[in-house]
Amino acid sequence: MATRLQFENNCEVGVFSKLTNAYCLVAIGGSESFYSTFEAELADVIPVVKTSIAGTRIIGRLCAGNKNGLLLPHTTTDQELQHLRNSLPDQVVVQRIEERLSALGNCIACNDHVALTHPDLDRETEEMIADVLGVEVFRQTIAGNILVGSYCQFTNRGGLVHPHTSIEDLDELSTLLQVPLVAGTVNRGSEVIGAGMTVNDWTAFCGSDTTATELSVIERVFKLREAQPSAIVDEMRKSLIDSYV
Amino acid sequence: MAEQAGMFMVHQTVGSVLCCKCGIPMQPNAANMCVNCLRSEEDITEGLQKHVIIMHCPECSCYLQPPKTWIKAELESKELLQFCLKRLKNMNKVRLVHAEFVWTEPHSKRLKVKLSVQKEVHGAILEQSYVVEYVVQDYMCTSCSRIQANPDQWVACVQLRQHVSHRRTFFYIEQLILTHDAASHAINIKQVNQGIDFFFSNRSHAVKFVEFLGKVAPINHRHDKQLVSHDPKSNDYNYKHTFSVEICPICREDLICLPPKVALSLGNLGPLVICTKVSNSITLLDPFTLRHCSLDAAQYWRTSFKPLLSSRQLVEYIVLDVETSNIEVNAGGSKYVLAEVEVARVCDFGKNDQIFRIRTHLGRLLSPGDFALGYDLYAANTNDIDLDKHRGLALPEAVLIKKSYEEKRQRKHRKNRLWKLKSLNMEVDNTTKGRVDEQKMNSEYEQFLRDLEENPELRFNISLYHNRDYQPSEMASVTDGGDVPSVPLEELLADLDLSDEDMEDVEE
Repeated sequence: MATRLQFENNCEVGVFSKLTNAYCLVAIGGSESFYSTFEAELADVIPVVKTSIAGTRIIGRLCAGNKNGLLLPHTTTDQELQHLRNSLPDQVVVQRIEERLSALGNCIACNDHVALTHPDLDRETEEMIADVLGVEVFRQTIAGNILVGSYCQFTNRGGLVHPHTSIEDLDELSTLLQVPLVAGTVNRGSEVIGAGMTVNDWTAFCGSDTTATELSVIERVFKLREAQPSAIVDEMRKSLIDSYV
Repeated sequence: MAEQAGMFMVHQTVGSVLCCKCGIPMQPNAANMCVNCLRSEEDITEGLQKHVIIMHCPECSCYLQPPKTWIKAELESKELLQFCLKRLKNMNKVRLVHAEFVWTEPHSKRLKVKLSVQKEVHGAILEQSYVVEYVVQDYMCTSCSRIQANPDQWVACVQLRQHVSHRRTFFYIEQLILTHDAASHAINIKQVNQGIDFFFSNRSHAVKFVEFLGKVAPINHRHDKQLVSHDPKSNDYNYKHTFSVEICPICREDLICLPPKVALSLGNLGPLVICTKVSNSITLLDPFTLRHCSLDAAQYWRTSFKPLLSSRQLVEYIVLDVETSNIEVNAGGSKYVLAEVEVARVCDFGKNDQIFRIRTHLGRLLSPGDFALGYDLYAANTNDIDLDKHRGLALPEAVLIKKSYEEKRQRKHRKNRLWKLKSLNMEVDNTTKGRVDEQKMNSEYEQFLRDLEENPELRFNISLYHNRDYQPSEMASVTDGGDVPSVPLEELLADLDLSDEDMEDVEE
């Protein structure tokens, strides 16, 4: 189900939160309403962690992660790193990487199997991503923009990209990611998908400016209507138990 | 650019997205909303004036541009559109693309202008058109109200005078004024005894007119003003300005005896000279030595002198014998050849044997049997101070001025001419002091027209018009038709007649 909310009167919720299948990171805001919305939706399924990265609140754009791991920029402080290591489940590998492009959330878009990265990312970083997140890495652009993390959001079920993406690009990306993709907007015509919303396999959070049309597109492409969190989390748990054994 | 570099470019087809408001599929644009949704969201004409009041003067159909300018414009004209757009405020926020008038009934006192404006909204450029309504209020402009209050009121007056007994100069100046349209600003023109008065509503118009006169005649002018009213609070003074302009009394064909000082300063030019041309300088020619010189207005007025004999006193001579010499001179555009001629006065011819042998400058034109006009110094009683000052001056018996075509004219009996002149709209001063003899005026005018026919350089600055009422006389086939000078057809201007008559052959 898709939820509409605001962070301190700002509709760019993807900037202030990071949602994956295994955990959710939320920025520290003045009022607790932002955190409480996430908590109400997700608390009994996955941990919702309040944090800051490099002392800022724009955590959604600074870090990149999926159910396997979380990548943090070199500007993250040691306390934040420790806090995250403590709060997140043990199977999530938290890694701080040395990368010139420190806004990892803008440079990397990933789901549990595939990642799209900024074309100018270092080779070591690419290897780190493949290693920590357990994904296949592709360097790509979206509608001519190099900041792939800002202009698209995709999960294991589907993806939403920049509205000006051409049909050929859409087909190519879809083949790479192996998920259905749709070009659309969020927050009343905003093209910056990654900043305007955050999504995982069963739920999505969008800015409150998002129109009903946009919301219906999101729910359709990410297949949120029939999604039940328990089914997905149970699958994860099953695989976890497997690994212990 | 990449294509020019030879790179392989995949053909990009633009996909379609759903409008974020209404959900209809559309091409993605900067706002990602379909045009209708965008238009319903944003009204770019918000804050722009839709209703303006403008002032219009019904007398002269001018529109007021505050604070003081009145702009003349017709309904639905370019100037009116420009004026209407200038009266709109806040137009710098949007870009004006197109403006046109919507027709309104003239009596409704409303003007409607349809404007198309463009503005950038959410990254996309939106264009919208709307109608501005102008309410026209009648308000008499200051110049019309001034004219209504006192129609005869003038602010500046130019009094043009020439103290001679004929009006030839004024005929000529009248034609020059008509050609150059110099009196277009004059509100009234009055003809008086020895001159013409021009009245203007603006001092600068009068100054411009006086400068024009200075270019065409040797004048001396002075300027005076009279206080009409004054506002002590704002220190505004209203004056009546008067320019007194005097034209020098020397005219063409005058015989002049130069005062000794002037003769010396001109290089000892023989004291008897003829004036051959008057424009803004005077050209003097000594008929016996063919020396010539020119005096400009300032030089003349420094040491002014009067003519000895003028064209009224011309007497007709018949030429008996001509002996041309080799001395030839080009003075002021005309060629003169020195010659010794034997002449007799027409009144003497046949009655007595009085013959004069004199020198003349008309050697090129005269041949025995011709008639010429000249001054009779043999019989004249000259009462000139300057003449007395020249001691030991031997006066010639006669001085010939020009060739006469009088006999031939009488033979031809031509009543009317192929060409005609326009005239200024003058008010004639009919008081007893300024009364001008009607018949004298007519004969002088006829003489002036003949002068124009004979002298091409006089015609130079004047516009002649084709006379539609010309009837060629039956004697047109007479062989000596070419002897009498007449105006060639190429010099005539077709009179611009805006009625539906078919135009006759158009000349330059």
